[in-house]
Amino acid sequence: MEFKNFLFYLFAAVTVVAALRVITARNPVHAVLFLVLAFFNMAGLWLLLQAEFLAIALVMVYVGAVMVLFLFVVMMLDISIERMRRGFWNNLPLGALVGLLLVGEMAVVLTGKYFSLEALPAHETPAGYSNTKELARILFTDYAYPFELASIILLVAIIAAVMLTLRRRKGTKGLPVAQQLNIKRSERVRIVNMPSVNQFPAGKEEGGDQA
Amino acid sequence: MIPLSHYLILAAILFAISVVGIFLNRKNLIVLLMAIELMLMAVNLNFVAFSHYLNDLSGQIFVFFILVVAAAESAIGLAILVVMFRNLSSIHVDDLDNLKG
Repeated sequence: MEFKNFLFYLFAAVTVVAALRVITARNPVHAVLFLVLAFFNMAGLWLLLQAEFLAIALVMVYVGAVMVLFLFVVMMLDISIERMRRGFWNNLPLGALVGLLLVGEMAVVLTGKYFSLEALPAHETPAGYSNTKELARILFTDYAYPFELASIILLVAIIAAVMLTLRRRKGTKGLPVAQQLNIKRSERVRIVNMPSVNQFPAGKEEGGDQA
Repeated sequence: MIPLSHYLILAAILFAISVVGIFLNRKNLIVLLMAIELMLMAVNLNFVAFSHYLNDLSGQIFVFFILVVAAAESAIGLAILVVMFRNLSSIHVDDLDNLKG
């Protein structure tokens, strides 16, 4: 138990430090990398909370896909950091005031008796319990309809992202598919009515060959 | 054992850090998007912690859906960012004044 406590405080401390560096890093690439660190430690915290499936999904989906997308965009765009950083600390007093108020009020509420170990003891899971299996069981029974809606959301996001960034350059060569499909037979094939005429009557055929 | 309040306070600290980040990086759209991701992560920590201590898996299902929506949001947000950079050649928030707001 003591080691788990130590792990919690380690993960919590690293997450908070990484989050602070995310919002103060000069270079956006460093900010993205610190966000990756924060996500890794958050996955560790979720493992401590016995949410194994979500912890692995966080690492795979967030670190593997979303953060790589962030890195790709940050490196693709040519950002002038100097202009971004001008007046960076001007808003710190107001921001720090709001942040401290938030944390202070939450701490006052949350350190009460309702969230202590006596009120909510951590439950022990039985042996052979599989978080992934249980999650899948209620995800595909009770939450099957929201699950389908989530897939629709992802599909819409894919189409929106592709359509937003799709660019048609001038002067590129390609086949106009719509025009091709619109073609009717009458525009391509012309039927000509020709009378059949025998140019070489049967009687003269041999003589013509010999000449 | 760690009481639930420790997890909740950690999530509150992370949420407050990302609020301060939005104040500080008012001009940098990329870091704004990252601060939003950080906020969602803090909220997710709340859900997972409550799910564990109340012994109810619905909280983890909710986190699953938040992850889906957050991934869609960041993909579309980054696409909008790329389009904006193509049109304005900058991602400075002050350059976004076409509507004279």
